[in-house]
Amino acid sequence: MIEAINLWKEYGDNVVLERLNLEVEEGEFITMVGASGCGKSTFLNLLLGTQNQTRGELLIDGKPIPQEPGPDRGIVFQQYSVFPHMTVLENVMAAKAFQRRGISGYLFGQAKRAARTEATRLLEEVGLGHALKQYPHQLSGGMKQRLAIAQALLGKPRVLLLDEPFGALDPGIRAEMHQLVQRLWREHKLTIFMVTHDLKEGFFLGTRLWVFDKLRHDPQAPNAYGASITYDLPVGKMDPETYQAIDDNLRPAPIPIAV
Amino acid sequence: MKRMINYKPAPVFNLMLGLLPFVLLVILYMVGSDARLELNPNDKLLPGFEQIGTAIDRMAFEPNKRSGDYLLWVDTASSLTRLSLGVLIAAVLGLMIGLLTGALPLIAAGLSPLLTVTSLIPPLALLPVLFIVFGLGELSKVVLIAIGITPFIARDIQRRTLEIPSEQLVKAQTLGANTSQILVRVLLPQLMPKLIDAVRLSLGAGWLFLIAAEAIAATDGLGYRIFLVRRYMSMDVILPYVAWITLLAFMFDQLLAWLNTRLYPWDVHGGRS
Repeated sequence: MIEAINLWKEYGDNVVLERLNLEVEEGEFITMVGASGCGKSTFLNLLLGTQNQTRGELLIDGKPIPQEPGPDRGIVFQQYSVFPHMTVLENVMAAKAFQRRGISGYLFGQAKRAARTEATRLLEEVGLGHALKQYPHQLSGGMKQRLAIAQALLGKPRVLLLDEPFGALDPGIRAEMHQLVQRLWREHKLTIFMVTHDLKEGFFLGTRLWVFDKLRHDPQAPNAYGASITYDLPVGKMDPETYQAIDDNLRPAPIPIAV
Repeated sequence: MKRMINYKPAPVFNLMLGLLPFVLLVILYMVGSDARLELNPNDKLLPGFEQIGTAIDRMAFEPNKRSGDYLLWVDTASSLTRLSLGVLIAAVLGLMIGLLTGALPLIAAGLSPLLTVTSLIPPLALLPVLFIVFGLGELSKVVLIAIGITPFIARDIQRRTLEIPSEQLVKAQTLGANTSQILVRVLLPQLMPKLIDAVRLSLGAGWLFLIAAEAIAATDGLGYRIFLVRRYMSMDVILPYVAWITLLAFMFDQLLAWLNTRLYPWDVHGGRS
């Protein structure tokens, strides 16, 4: 479904990604980990269309990914991805309104009633049925992310991109969110790409784990070489040694695996 | 002994501290006024409260001998009409220009330099031009206020538009929104409280342009009146007029602030959520 062929991304002399070759099937749940500045977010932005590759090809269904965000690729950011001036219900209904051609982006009459029904059902599914009339600033961090996910889902994207969506949440809330995402992924048959800096999260959540790192390193010019995918592992079949090796790579102080 | 920065007055004490300078000013004025009136009962420079009271009564509650109008109210009505028209035009224009230049790089490329240059022109220097082009009537005064504050509002709204997190724009696009839907549904509503803030800040300049225009060419208005009675050194009229203008300005400011919290309850953390 998604394919990268010899993909490069550079900012001037600064090479961020190099020689990226990969293929992703529909319905996969890919988690991406790596040290900060290793290009995993850049890769997500390439998929999203907010940035464009310098060289190579990035294809969706054999066609180049459009160079701007579109309704086939949904996104949940770590923050700021809901509209602060709309209530929870309005936030999700807006997603419905944006799908129709029009100047104002407001819904009226029959279409509005239908959107309200669908939005309410989806919000109940993500556990926000009690907060329909609240504004985002009244919600906790976890509830805000639930809202952002519901909003993205109503757009019926084929690919859902998650950019460290739970990075700012408490561990307990995070576990709840993991369950939610896994359930929605199965029910809505999504293809998910998720950036995380938490290896454990990446390890247990998806079906496939990518580790971004630099293969070549020049100490005189740290930006001369870009990162690539150093590990591409099916989740669940990973031996503890590999986990430890990746973990050592990501941070100086390793923690033992707890399975 | 706590540091000065940690001393916070209790609420009642806070209020008293706030009132103190006003009380002191009034006392100072009374002392000065009494001293001058003692020497010369016809002194016009620091009229006593009795003289000021008579003047207020004459201006506000008795019909003028020549025209039969209640001057204070006629002046207030015409000044407020000019001011509100000018500010309204400036707010609408400023919002449109600010939104479009903030949201659409193409428009920004075309308009931003012009906006920067026009905002540097001193509006009062244009007043003669306005009088020549629009005549001495209402139009030139309204235009002066509008020209004077539109660039400020436009630049402020432009900046506010750019401050809206780009995540929201990306999100709207991934939901299928087109440009006009993003402008109308995502950006415009978030700019409305910022527009009210910008209007509050520019009202002071609005009053300045209003009074300047009225002082130079008008037949009524608050600014016209105080510059007219200046010829007779009528401090007993000027002082209550200035106090009245201040009170009006204060009330508009409070009204707009109240409107903001009332209409846009979601605008609490500077719109970020």
